[in-house]
This record gives sequence, C-alpha cells and structure tokens, in this order.
Amino acid sequence: MTSTESLIDRRQLAYIASQAADARLNVELETEGMTLNIGPQHPATHGTLRIIAHLDGEQVVWAEPSCGYMHRGYEKLTEVRTYPQVTSLVNRIDWLGSFANEVPFILAAEKLMGIEAPPRAQWIRTILFELSRIANVSLFLGDLGVQLGAVTPVFMAFRDREHVLNLIEATTGGRFHPNFDRIGGLKDDLPAGFIDETRAVMKTLRNFCTEMEDLLFGNEIFQSRTRGIGVIPKDIAMQYGLSGANLRASGVDWDLRRDQSLPMAWDKVDWKVWTHPDGDSFARCWIRLQEVRESTLIVDQLLNNIPSGPVMAKVPRIIKVPEGEAWVSTENPLGEMGYYVVSKGDLGPFRTKIRSASFNNISIVPWILKGVYVPDIITILASLYFILGDIDR
Amino acid sequence: MNALLAADLPYWVQSLLRVLGGLVAVLLPAGTIVYLFLFKMMSFMQSRLGPMEAGPYGSMQLFAEVGKWLQKEDITPARADRTIFKIAPLVVLASTFLLVAVVPFGPDAWFTNFEAGVFYMLAVSSVSVLGILIAGWSSANKYSLLGGLRAAGQLIAYELPMVLAVIGVIIQAGTMNLQGIVVAQNGGEIFGWNGLGNPYILTQFTGFIIFMIAVQAELTQTPFDMPIAESELVSGYMTEYSGFRFLTFFIAEFATAGVFSLIASVLFLGGWGVPFAWFDWKSIDDISDWMNVVGPLIMFTKMMVLAFVIMWVRFSYPRFREDQLQRFAWKVLIPISLVNIMITAILKVAF
Repeated sequence: MTSTESLIDRRQLAYIASQAADARLNVELETEGMTLNIGPQHPATHGTLRIIAHLDGEQVVWAEPSCGYMHRGYEKLTEVRTYPQVTSLVNRIDWLGSFANEVPFILAAEKLMGIEAPPRAQWIRTILFELSRIANVSLFLGDLGVQLGAVTPVFMAFRDREHVLNLIEATTGGRFHPNFDRIGGLKDDLPAGFIDETRAVMKTLRNFCTEMEDLLFGNEIFQSRTRGIGVIPKDIAMQYGLSGANLRASGVDWDLRRDQSLPMAWDKVDWKVWTHPDGDSFARCWIRLQEVRESTLIVDQLLNNIPSGPVMAKVPRIIKVPEGEAWVSTENPLGEMGYYVVSKGDLGPFRTKIRSASFNNISIVPWILKGVYVPDIITILASLYFILGDIDR
Repeated sequence: MNALLAADLPYWVQSLLRVLGGLVAVLLPAGTIVYLFLFKMMSFMQSRLGPMEAGPYGSMQLFAEVGKWLQKEDITPARADRTIFKIAPLVVLASTFLLVAVVPFGPDAWFTNFEAGVFYMLAVSSVSVLGILIAGWSSANKYSLLGGLRAAGQLIAYELPMVLAVIGVIIQAGTMNLQGIVVAQNGGEIFGWNGLGNPYILTQFTGFIIFMIAVQAELTQTPFDMPIAESELVSGYMTEYSGFRFLTFFIAEFATAGVFSLIASVLFLGGWGVPFAWFDWKSIDDISDWMNVVGPLIMFTKMMVLAFVIMWVRFSYPRFREDQLQRFAWKVLIPISLVNIMITAILKVAF
C-alpha cells in the first residue's frame, strides 16, 4: 500500500466517523422542526394569505400556501347579475389595477354579441388599461422596498401613483373602482385637458422609474438579497402556469398584448416586451420596473393619435347576449387574466369562470420555498407579486 | 466645581444629582433623536411632513406618543413566562443607563471616573443582549423566538469588531480611561501642529468606520435590523409587548443610539474638549471651570452629528439577511480591524 492510498483511507475514515458523530448528536438532541404560520394576518402577505412553513432552524423544509380567507364568490355572483352589472364586481378582483379587470369580461361579452367598440373607445380603453398597470406596478415597486426593510421607496411610490389615480378619477369618476367599461364602448369620453396632463404625468412616472433604479435596484444590499434567490427555471415556470412578469423573468417571451389580436390599440403602437434570462427575484422585479416605463411610452404614443368619433357602438338598451361560449384573456398587471363566459341568451351570464393571474402564480410557492431561509420567503413572495383579491376572487 | 461636587454636598445629594443627571443624559438625547430624526428628518426624506398638529411643527408629538403608550393596556400573553417577560425591557434599558455612567461630559462633569472605562463600556453594552434574548424567549411566540435568537447571534457577532476597533484607540491613547482618551486627543498634536489636537478619527479612521458599523448592528437598526424585521418577523422580540413595556424598549433603542454616539464622539472625535492649544492649557488641571458647562453642549452637538449618520443609514438601506450579516462580521470586519490593530501597534512603537 502506498502512502497516498493510506492517506485517502484515513480521510475516508475521518469522514465516516464525523458522519456517525453527527447522527449520534441528532439522535441525542432530538431536534425537531417548527411550524410557522406566516399569515393570515401578516404584513408580507398583503392581506389574508397564509403560508404554512415547516422550519428547521431558519430554513424552510416545506411550505404551502393556504388561500381562501377572502373568497367572495364572484364567479357565482355573476350568475345573478346582468352583464353591465358584472363590471362592478370584477373591479374588485385586482384592486390596484381595477380597470384592467373589466376589459377582458367586456371583450368576452362583445365577442358573444358579435360587436366591436368604435376605434376611439378602443384607444381610450388601452390608455386606461396601461394607466391601471402603472398604478398597480408602481405600488409594487414601493412595496418591494418595505418587504426588504427599506422604508423610503413606498412613500415615493405613493407620491407618484397619486397622479395616475387622479387621471383615472378625472376620466372615470372612481379612483380604485372605475366601473367605466361598457359593452360596446365606454361610459364617457375623455375629460378636457386629459392629454396634456397625462403627458406630464407619464414624464413624472419615468422619473420615478429612474429614481427607483438608483435608490433600490442599484443598492448592493438589495441585489445581494434578490440575485440568485428564488430561481424559477423556464420549464418549471411553464409547468406551473405562471404568467405575466413572473414568466417573462424566466426568459419566456410571452405577452398577450402582443401575441393575440384583440380589438385594442396595442398593435397600433411600437413597444417592446422585456424578458430576463435569470429567473430570480431580481429579474422579476426588474422586469416590472421596465414594464412601468414601457407602459408610459405606450400611453405617450397612444395619446399622439387618438382617433375621433363616438365612444359607444350601437347596442340595444337592454343587453341580451346570444347563446354561446367565449374565452377572452388579456395581459393584466399581474399576468394573464381571462373570463370564460357561458351565455344561454339571458340578461346575465349562465356561468363564468375567472382565470386570475395570482392564483396560478402562487401555485409555485411550495416548489420555490423549499430550502430557502425565512427572510427569503418574504423576498420571494414579494417578487412573485400577488394581490389577495386576485387569488381568492 | 470639583470642590462643589466632591466635598460640600452630602453623599445622598450627590447620588441624587447623579441619578437626575443620568436621566437627563439618557432621555434628552433619546427624545431629541426621536423627534428630530425619526419624526422630522425621516419624513422630509420621504417627501412628507411628519407630525404637524401637536404643538408648533409637531414638537409636542413626543409627549402625545408617551401619553398614548402609558394609557394602553399592559398585556402579558397567557403562555408567557410572566416574571421574565416583565423584567426583559428593564434589563435592556438598564444597559443604557450603565453605559452612560462612564461617559465624561466635562473636566469634572462625569458620573464616575472609572480607570477601565472602555472595558466597562464594552462589557455592559452586551447586557442588552440578555434582555433581548429573554424577551424573545419568554413571549411564547414563534416570531419573537426567531427574533430573539437572531438578535443574540447578531449582537455577539458584532461585539467582537466593536472591541477590536476600540483597541486601536486604546493603544494610541495608552489608557482605558475615557477621560484620559479625551485629554490625549485634545492635548495631542499632529506632527508638531497642535491647532486641532489629535482627534483619533484622523489616525483611526478605519476603526471609526468599523465602530459605527458595529454600533449600527448593536442598535439593530437597518440594514442590520433582522431581529426586528417589521415585514418578516413583525417586530421580532417586541411583538408581544404593549403599553409601557413597549415604550421602555422604544426608549432603550433610541437612548442607546444616543449613548453610543456619545461614546463614539469620546473615542474618535475628541469628546467634550476643545484643542488645549487654543487656550494654552497644558494638562487637565489647567482647564477652566466653564468647560463643565460648554463641554456637555459640545458633546451634544457631536452626538447629534453621529446620530444623524446612524439614522440616515437606517432610512436609506434595505436589510441584510442573517447569514450575510454574519459573513460580513467574521470575514470582513474582524480581519480589517485586526490589521488595523497591528498597524496601530507598529506605528505606536515606531513613533
């Protein structure tokens, strides 16, 4: 036996001995895990989501989301409402970007009736859709800071989001729940002075994005907290049915605004779908930041050439939707949101299925939280970005 | 002044004066920091006004807050370890009062002129760890337990860089007496020029930075606030405390920020003193009595500057993760402070 062989032998023996010592220690101490309920009342869950996490020290052994604490039964409620009434319900699904919830439902009803909104209405719909996306995601950017322990960004987000909400209020009369979309068009035309004011606000929002890039995304601690944390590979993201920025951050070039032809104005302007190859928390946050900026550019371009004409197509006073089934989904602030509407020719839908983005997005939580530390739970949940109304409907 | 404090007054009057002085030295900085920095400066940084209603510019807000806390119910969780639960905030606050006991505010304005002052200061500053740990443990709450354990790990890890950073100062001053350190700085000279004294921030700049980082961690301020961690542990070890006991934690947090700023100004910025060359003082016995009045004001100014830096960092940064914090302490701060000690010792012998 040569000396090197004996050395290897000795190392192996030492390794086996240390393993045995470890095992003995674990048996003697009888260490057992701890179950930590994050939520239903917890600041990191934006409402009443409950994450049941089984911890070993600070490491998560397994975790499971438990939702339904805020279930309001909107799918069932639509069955006892008429079509125009449903918009006031679905407003409350994703409450930060309410107008975007109305659009796919109205489009589905229009599809069943075989009508299309006039061009001006389509343009204004798209503008309001993007404004609600900005209102939604800019709050995400501020909230992200709070989740990671920086208190200042959230106030900046609220400060600049206020301008967008003012625009939405001036147009629709409601800050959070516009209830503005009608089958065949819109309730009203744009108010006077909307275009100039919106241009100024879009500039403010672009400044806000730059500010966030400097304050938060450029921060070393922020990067060390988010880079490489909660990596979702491309195939896993597709398997779990993620959508929106969560999917694009995993490198999937998929955006329903571009990939399907709807009677909306997105195809009339020039814009870019951002993707990121990393799939980690930083990528998801960064994609959202870029999307806010892209949205402001979309709105700017749309404002340049709003067509004239009516904002309402000719529709009967009492809307009866002919028999049939329709599925329309759009790229909402949180991801793909769709309505499957079944009509039996009545005043209201016979059955509605709501596909909301957050519900699918948090389905990846058990997979992604396995083995991370407790602070990373918060980072990952914040970067997945869900809204409780959107999960529980 | 010395005669006034030492000889003429009976012992109990001296003790009473010291206790009152200690209360002022702890509560006045705490109140100023909370109002000026936590309420106002933070608000201006976040484009808002902060409290404006209570008194002019909300200056009475602090009293309103204290009144609110005193009215609140003192809740003890059903499964808590009641005695320990109730003692914990007092242990944390006691650490602050023990710290201020060795800080010199003037040539004769001190609570106790302790020969091993630095040693004592470093020892009692870790008493607060004990309070935080038992607060987390006795709350019978999983979040509090995680917070308490994180605090214990963090405070012990950052005790070491703090000690090592101070050693450089001790080597240079040649004394562990805080009063002696002040005199050594203000009576010192830089290459024969004594117009500025020799504040150790110039020679011990590395030590100063490490000390301030360690202070930030000791105070559990952002970016080292994972024991409190609002968004994950919901205030950690303080979760179950309400009313007066929470107020005690709150005072302790900001009073300790003030006291550590005082200590940092003594160790690195020259403390209460002005450079002796300005007035042709040769030693501590020459110093005129009016320094006992001006000294505390100078200390207060320096404290506010340092507390401003602490709070500025607190409002600007996100928070580290627990393992990143430990790595930072053991792999970055401790090696740098060891090298700093080595260089200081070599230069001390060389010059």
